[in-house]
Amino acid sequence: MERIREKLSILADAAKYDVSCSSSGSKRKNTDKGIGDASNGICHTYTEDGRCVSLLKILLTNYCIYDCAFCVSRSSNDIKRAAFTVDEVVELTMNFYRRNYIEGLFLSSGIFKNADYTMERLLKIVKKLRTEERYNGYIHLKTIPGASEELINEAGLYVDRMSINLEMPTEEGLKKVAPEKSHEAVKRPLGIVQNKIQQFSEERKLIKHVPQFVPAGQSTQMVIGATPENDMQIMHTASAYYKNFSLKRVYYSGYIPIRMDDVLPVVQPPLMREHRLYQTDWLLRFYGFNVHELLNEKHPDLDMQVDPKLMWALRNMHCFPVDINTADFQSLLRVPGIGRQSVQKILEARKFGRLRIDQLRKLGIAYNRAQYFIVCADTPVGLGSLQEHQVRSRILSLGKSKYAPAFSTQLSLF
Amino acid sequence: MIYLFDKSFEGLLSAVFDRFEYRHDVSRLLPADQAQQALFEEAHTVYSSNAKSERVWNGIQTKADAAWQRIMYCAFLSELTEVHHTLFMVLVRLFAGQVDLRNFGDAAILLLSQTAKKVEREKHRMKAFIRFEKSEDGMYFARIAPDFNVIPLIITFFKNRYADQPWIIYDQKRQYGVLYDTDQVHHIRKLPEDLSDHMLPDKPVQMDEDETLYATLWRDYFKSTNIAARKNPKLHQQHVPKRYWHLLTEKKIIWE
Ligand code: SF4
Repeated sequence: MERIREKLSILADAAKYDVSCSSSGSKRKNTDKGIGDASNGICHTYTEDGRCVSLLKILLTNYCIYDCAFCVSRSSNDIKRAAFTVDEVVELTMNFYRRNYIEGLFLSSGIFKNADYTMERLLKIVKKLRTEERYNGYIHLKTIPGASEELINEAGLYVDRMSINLEMPTEEGLKKVAPEKSHEAVKRPLGIVQNKIQQFSEERKLIKHVPQFVPAGQSTQMVIGATPENDMQIMHTASAYYKNFSLKRVYYSGYIPIRMDDVLPVVQPPLMREHRLYQTDWLLRFYGFNVHELLNEKHPDLDMQVDPKLMWALRNMHCFPVDINTADFQSLLRVPGIGRQSVQKILEARKFGRLRIDQLRKLGIAYNRAQYFIVCADTPVGLGSLQEHQVRSRILSLGKSKYAPAFSTQLSLF
Repeated sequence: MIYLFDKSFEGLLSAVFDRFEYRHDVSRLLPADQAQQALFEEAHTVYSSNAKSERVWNGIQTKADAAWQRIMYCAFLSELTEVHHTLFMVLVRLFAGQVDLRNFGDAAILLLSQTAKKVEREKHRMKAFIRFEKSEDGMYFARIAPDFNVIPLIITFFKNRYADQPWIIYDQKRQYGVLYDTDQVHHIRKLPEDLSDHMLPDKPVQMDEDETLYATLWRDYFKSTNIAARKNPKLHQQHVPKRYWHLLTEKKIIWE
């Protein structure tokens, strides 16, 4: 028992810097009374820092032949090393899954011997889970850079999501901390899997029983704050990868100094910045914003004081106020304090008469924030004519941001 | 007039039936055990019947879409007196053609949909927070104590997911549960004797020999996922409220 506890502690610890925890987006169902399904995306618990835990996130091994400066597992780092056997990973996954601890497995690995040798073992694990254990829970596999196309393609038949990390937002940034790595080496497997996904989905149109291939799509991750890229560069990279490789998610991981190193700066993790980047990512994917509307040569970085949607509204006061009772979907969507669901509710509710302020509040709209950007049936005249800085300071005085502590450490950095 | 009912879904629908059958002017629907509140008004006790409730349910299906049927049922599972009353009133108005379910400006409609949302959230929590323990005979056993009566909403989910293993989910608060024998789901009113051992902390529980190992590994794993530099207890408790901790393998205090 002590040996397996030690292994798990080493290999879970080394894996936790991959922030993806998503277990959604797959449609895998339980077939023939096997076990599990992967169509729900449940967070089974939350870490003490408030992040969702839905997957057993481990490395097969933390031995690695490479020496990437940002990584705990780098070969020059003096740490305890361990490796699971194929069966140990399978047993752990099944026993956690059967107790409803997890939605599935997030498996990655340091590279031992060479890429294919490592990838072969990862493949054995996912294949055994699917075929022998008849396991239909979620599997996220982080591909090994440099693994052969055959191995990647076969693994794709068993996993729900594949990922490979960009690590740093730009090629120059990456070269600085991991000279052996390149964004080109990331694009190759992303491209292989993307092509296969397309091929399978086209075959599915013609033939009914085409096996699933990476049904939850691909994702990637960038480390934020270790290298000097600005928010504009980061979001342009993200948006290009969303477009070129049809990625499902891009993750932003605020850099946490792991050990003093001459190459990397030593600071607190930039939690606020990470949060703002996720908000921006969200606006790009679900709110119809373009990168250049939020970030451009004039404003290359996000506003740490206010969220990017409010930031955009403050810079574009000429687009407001919008009339709640007549504005179209897109314009309502851009109002700070009104989310997608609220827009739907407004559109429904206003069929029954002109909406007043108290009704908006009841619908769950953050009226205190939205009031500067909208007109309701009973809005007093004159409220709409405030200046940008007045609105900003009024909204900021509404309440301390819940990120206030993180924010104050941020301030001292700039 | 005040209506008294037995707090069952059948009973609530039967109340709607009676209201139209007798053309009563009903001011309140109350659980029968709160009859003392009906001091100054005449009371009518509703008898729950399958036939009555089925007719009302069929009627609802012609007047409300699937989403609203679900909202009504979920609101009912809240077990809240006020919500039961509101649901009754909305149904009466629905059959009288005096309500539009899409009008969220209507306070009663809003209360039902908001309550249903809370119940759905609790259902979602249970899907996440249920922790099975494996006993010696291979049975996976979970105890829960949800805020609302959500077992009816999670049976299918667990049946589909854990199709090849027998399990029991038992609601300690409401003293009933469901047992899945890898073929069918059975309701259990009170725990069978041998299983009730699980609930007595001072009795040795006949667990599978690997149970402690995996519970320990899971607790280890949970601890290791934490990144100290990011610690945020407030956010943590928002996601995993304290009242659920005693039943979560990773959060409960272990007396060793
Ligand atoms: S190859 Fe991967 S595991 Fe190895 S040092 Fe680089 S990032 Fe870490």
